[in-house]
Amino acid sequence: MTALSLSNVYKSFGPVEVLKDISLAVDEGEFVVFVGPSGCGKSTLLRVIAGLEDATDGTVEIGGEVVNEVPPAKRGIAMVFQTYALYPHLTVRGNMALGLKQEGQAKDVIEARIAEAARMLHLDPYLERRPAELSGGQRQRVAIGRAVVREPQLFLFDEPLSNLDAALRMNTRIEIADLHRKLGATMIYVTHDQIEAMTLADRIVVLRDGIVEQVGSPMELYNDPVNQFVAGFLGAPSMNFLPGGVLGKQAETAGIRPENLRIAEAGQLSGAVTHVEHLGGDTNVLVRIEAGEVLTLRLFGQHAHEVGDGVRVAFEERHLYLFDGAGARVR
Amino acid sequence: MLKARRNPVNVAAMHAVLIVYTLIALFPVFVILINSFKTRKAIFREPLSLPGADSFSLIGYETVLRQGDFFGYFQNSMIVTVASLFFILLFGAMAAFALAEYRFKGNTLMGLYLALGIMIPIRIGTVAILELMVSTGLVNTLMALILVYTAQGLPLAVFILSEFMRGVSDDLKNAGRIDGLSEYVIFFRLVLPLVRPAMATVAVFNMIPIWNDLWFPLILAPAEETKTLTLGSQVFIGQFVTDWNAVLSALSMAILPVLILYVIFSRQLIRGITSGAVK
Ligand SMILES: Nc1ncnc2c1ncn2[C@@H]1O[C@H](COP(=O)(O)OP(=O)(O)O)[C@@H](O)[C@H]1O
Ligand SMILES: [Mg+2]
Repeated sequence: MTALSLSNVYKSFGPVEVLKDISLAVDEGEFVVFVGPSGCGKSTLLRVIAGLEDATDGTVEIGGEVVNEVPPAKRGIAMVFQTYALYPHLTVRGNMALGLKQEGQAKDVIEARIAEAARMLHLDPYLERRPAELSGGQRQRVAIGRAVVREPQLFLFDEPLSNLDAALRMNTRIEIADLHRKLGATMIYVTHDQIEAMTLADRIVVLRDGIVEQVGSPMELYNDPVNQFVAGFLGAPSMNFLPGGVLGKQAETAGIRPENLRIAEAGQLSGAVTHVEHLGGDTNVLVRIEAGEVLTLRLFGQHAHEVGDGVRVAFEERHLYLFDGAGARVR
Repeated sequence: MLKARRNPVNVAAMHAVLIVYTLIALFPVFVILINSFKTRKAIFREPLSLPGADSFSLIGYETVLRQGDFFGYFQNSMIVTVASLFFILLFGAMAAFALAEYRFKGNTLMGLYLALGIMIPIRIGTVAILELMVSTGLVNTLMALILVYTAQGLPLAVFILSEFMRGVSDDLKNAGRIDGLSEYVIFFRLVLPLVRPAMATVAVFNMIPIWNDLWFPLILAPAEETKTLTLGSQVFIGQFVTDWNAVLSALSMAILPVLILYVIFSRQLIRGITSGAVK
């Protein structure tokens, strides 16, 4: 069944069109990630789904019902914000209870749901504390708990990990993935971080300037991007792009992923090492080839290359992605 | 962080400046207070000396309490000030919330219109206001004063509060909307507590001019039962003879309530500033 369906959604702020003709269907139980650079309209799209902004045009359906005119609280959604947005005057318990009280749930139902969410998110010791007395990671778990107790048809996350430090970000990411497995709920997750997108998503929606560039599973997008933007956005380090002529191709631009380049005696390109990053498990080597372009190579394991070394870089034809002048894929 | 910058010379200089300023600011109050407890002769002979065994006198306070309905005036001033502040804060905050929160046609224009009053003194309209009060039968009521002071205070209140309300996190308000809170609950329970320091600022800025005002009480409510403290104290100031004991005593007593209100608001102000710092 379709949990969420957007048809030809537009959103403008005055003369500025922020979302353009967005159509999308999300299946029940799916984890969909909207990813794109800052300012591309991800949050706006999420707010339109939540009902915090009205779509200028198009329809939003949740659970098969058109909800364009339904207020946020009645849409069967719950949202987790980047800034946590906890109610400062309420305890953790009060924060989680508020939405349920507004719905008119019975006291024992509220108690039971809070207890369950607190157990799942390890919040038991903090239930009587106020948000000011919690760390960032704890606050974000409370915000997630506040969403969980609502038992919504649709979870909406707006960059929930952006305010956390790297270690916490990974833990919380795993917790969110766990939560999705346990609840089996439909989740929409917005991020500008492609690693979060790749690791969490069943399906990724890549947005640019308010337009959907491509929709697909993480590996579909990684292996078969429809254009240069998607190819460059997913993957770290990102794909190398160079003029097609350098590789003897007709296409305007040729792309190749850093892990598909090797250093070999018989390499097709020659150049000099300009920088080396030793990561332990991987080594990133930057090579300036004779045509002047700098290529990033991602080598598995540890390699002793020095800046200034002359090297030859090898690649296989089947790993090349070709793009035309407008950035569209040439197959 | 502060410690590193604390150099003893700087600290001493800072305190010296603050102490000098405090002394200058408090000196007139101090002079009023000590002289209100002295005989008339002592006030003029040695205005700066403390009341001694032979110069001590409560004659000023006795006059004030005997003459006119001093406590009545007091009460009037209190009612007018507190009610005006209440309405300024309530309506100012509501208008500011609407301007800061909702997108509608003419939002900017409305904001400018509401702020216009900052630049135009309300006293220019005294004659019109008086005519209005006469025709609505509000002359010689405290309501007339409350209405005028509310109008006088609103522009600055809207201006300051809307700036602060723009700073309140959108996510917080949106979280409330998703949880099904009404706009009124979001306004009163989520937003107002967060702009409390700004509200205290507005209250302090408005309180003193209202409490001290002589103009509008004299014109709009000069009747005995609606006289404010400032107006009531004028009976002791004559063209030829001024009862200085009484004037000083009345002034001393008039300071008290403002002081209390000020302490209440300024504590809010400080609490707001420090709680904002640790977020
Ligand atoms: N309330 C608003 N009024 C005017 N422009 C807005 C508003 N909200 C967002 N925008 C604009 O819409 C664009 C997309 O914003 P947003 O959805 O927040 O981007 P993202 O979340 O992808 O970083 C931005 O250019 C932003 O300036
Ligand atoms: Mg955003």
